Amino acid sequence: MTTQLIFAITLLVTLGAFAYTISRIVSFFKFTRPAFPIKDIGKRINVMITVAFGQTKIFRRPVIGMFHAFVFWGFCIIIFGSIEMVIDGLTGTVRVLKFLGPVYNIIMASGDIFALLVAISIVIFLSRRLFFHIKRFEGIEMKKITHIDANIALSIILLLMISLLAMNTGYIEYKSITGEPTVGLFPVSSVIAGFITHGQAESFRLMYEASWWTHILLIFLFANILPYSKHFHVFLSIPNVFLSRLDPLGKLPNMDNVSREVKLMLDPNTAFAAATSDLPPERFGVKDAEDASWKNYFDSLACTQCGRCTSVCPANITGKKLSPRKVMMDLRARMKEKGPLMIKNGRDFNDNRSLLRDYISEEELWACTTCNACAKECPININHPTLIVDMRRYLVMEEASAPGEIKALFNNIENNGAPWQYSAEDRMLWAKDLEMKTHHV
Amino acid sequence: METRRIEVPVMADLFAGGEKPEYLFWVGCAGAFDDRYKKVVRAFAKILSHLNVSYAVLGKEETCTGDPARRAGNEMLYQMQALQVIELFRMYDVKKIITICPHCFNVFKNEYPDLGGKYEVINYLQFLNTNIEEGKLKIDEASLNNVSITYHDPCYLGRANDIYDEPRNILKKLTGNLVEMHRIKSFALCCGAGGAQMFKEAEKGDKEVFIERTEDALKTDAKVIATACPFCMTMLTDGLKYKNKEQEIRNLDIAELIAQSIDL
Repeated sequence: MTTQLIFAITLLVTLGAFAYTISRIVSFFKFTRPAFPIKDIGKRINVMITVAFGQTKIFRRPVIGMFHAFVFWGFCIIIFGSIEMVIDGLTGTVRVLKFLGPVYNIIMASGDIFALLVAISIVIFLSRRLFFHIKRFEGIEMKKITHIDANIALSIILLLMISLLAMNTGYIEYKSITGEPTVGLFPVSSVIAGFITHGQAESFRLMYEASWWTHILLIFLFANILPYSKHFHVFLSIPNVFLSRLDPLGKLPNMDNVSREVKLMLDPNTAFAAATSDLPPERFGVKDAEDASWKNYFDSLACTQCGRCTSVCPANITGKKLSPRKVMMDLRARMKEKGPLMIKNGRDFNDNRSLLRDYISEEELWACTTCNACAKECPININHPTLIVDMRRYLVMEEASAPGEIKALFNNIENNGAPWQYSAEDRMLWAKDLEMKTHHV
Repeated sequence: METRRIEVPVMADLFAGGEKPEYLFWVGCAGAFDDRYKKVVRAFAKILSHLNVSYAVLGKEETCTGDPARRAGNEMLYQMQALQVIELFRMYDVKKIITICPHCFNVFKNEYPDLGGKYEVINYLQFLNTNIEEGKLKIDEASLNNVSITYHDPCYLGRANDIYDEPRNILKKLTGNLVEMHRIKSFALCCGAGGAQMFKEAEKGDKEVFIERTEDALKTDAKVIATACPFCMTMLTDGLKYKNKEQEIRNLDIAELIAQSIDL
């Protein structure tokens, strides 16, 4: 009874702390702008199954992708065991899901196998980060703290897997010494148990108990670290994929507020009419965190900083400042900075800083070729180019700020109907004296 | 050899005569004004005549789709251009559009519908591939002597619109020697011109994107770099010049390769 009480209190503290963090993050969403309606649920489920559960985009890098897939699929299976542990902890039952029979055996066996696969993958990930120079993990946005963040998250996952295997091993040993029947199958832990030849029933029971508590407490701790970490993607990547932009990558979202203005301008009946609304006109484009859409912000929270986007960015590859990963990280950081201030002082609060310039420079924004390599590569369907173009929209339409040649481009389109300074009169010159051989006829 | 003069049909003239063509062939600003790219448009117009396609161009009435303005952040200018074009299309009752430029293709196909302009938009590679598959366009496989060709995927056909197979189908008809770069299809590297970069100097870096991409192409040892976008052509042709390879290696558009192969 006491242990149940202790467990219940721990769980309550965990959930309380988690709810507090999440409610703060959720409250930042109310400052963001609309993106798109969540329709086409069937299509979304399909994307979720292929991209999230099928890990299709992770496999664009097959070798290291395989190890990530092990970790992901491992989590999907092991979570059933974790749910069982919570129920057991609260109610005092032991392996409450055993009524599932053969299904239970499958869940436990695959969880046990995956625990090993996940552990091996994590060791590879950690070694890559600690001992090898992987270019994708470097860059101006990769500070010491971001590396520490990654290593802490990986270490906790490794400890989770070790404690899980230790728990299963202790369980098997204890049961085999006492002769009691075991529930569930544990192929990997059975092999490990086979190597242990000495020991008493009591010490194995202790091993099991200690591992059980270590495992569940680590989960509780991990859950509360995640929202502050790049590893928030453990929670957010599946929803982020479900909420993917379903449009072709080439399509930029239309600015309806601009459409209204342009139609007013072109329509002689309304051209001189007074503004129909008393509301202050919304800022064009994105200058600061609150101008971004909820989807941009969701993307930034779900981003794992894996850097696949940046590693395929033509601008970044050729030494320009732009890094799509940095754009996402900057948005998250800026909201973390400004969100609380806006909660306190209202959405219009001005701290004399902004996402543009204080985080993302014009030089970065103008380096983008909108080639969509970043968005195509992102394993969880983050869309960086739409945000980059939205920031250009702010620069151009609110500040009339653009590189000189771009301003000339605008002038040419406006005056000549072409990006170059040629007259429309010359548009048919290409067809002059066009001849074709007649031997086909 | 006997030659026949081709008069490219202009929409306003046809309409004046009460005729309505099946397709609008959207030439694009590069096709109209870029001296190198004019040759591509000429090649494609020859193919259209060869196939007896019912089409017309807008001629002097054509204007910029607004795409480069949009990608450079000038949504206002984009929408003004787009509404003008949509109005023009409405006047001529345009239903089907053939484009060569992938940027024009993308903006018509994906972005004009938001402003009320809905059309059947066909990229010339899709059009050519269909005509080849249907046997209307017969390519003489021996005509190009099995020259080695590598193909550069334009971002706005590839990643933006998932057109990867049509150019490859066509090129495999043209040569048995299609050699791929190491970054292709959805992994392809941009030529560096997209997002209005075509019209400005690149930001400071340690290399130009077009050189990086030209190096990809040169590694294949192909004798021809096939492109399917006016901006990619400018970039890769510049890359060849930079590498002093413009004598040995040619940068040709797929339409030019076809016109050459059937000797138009």
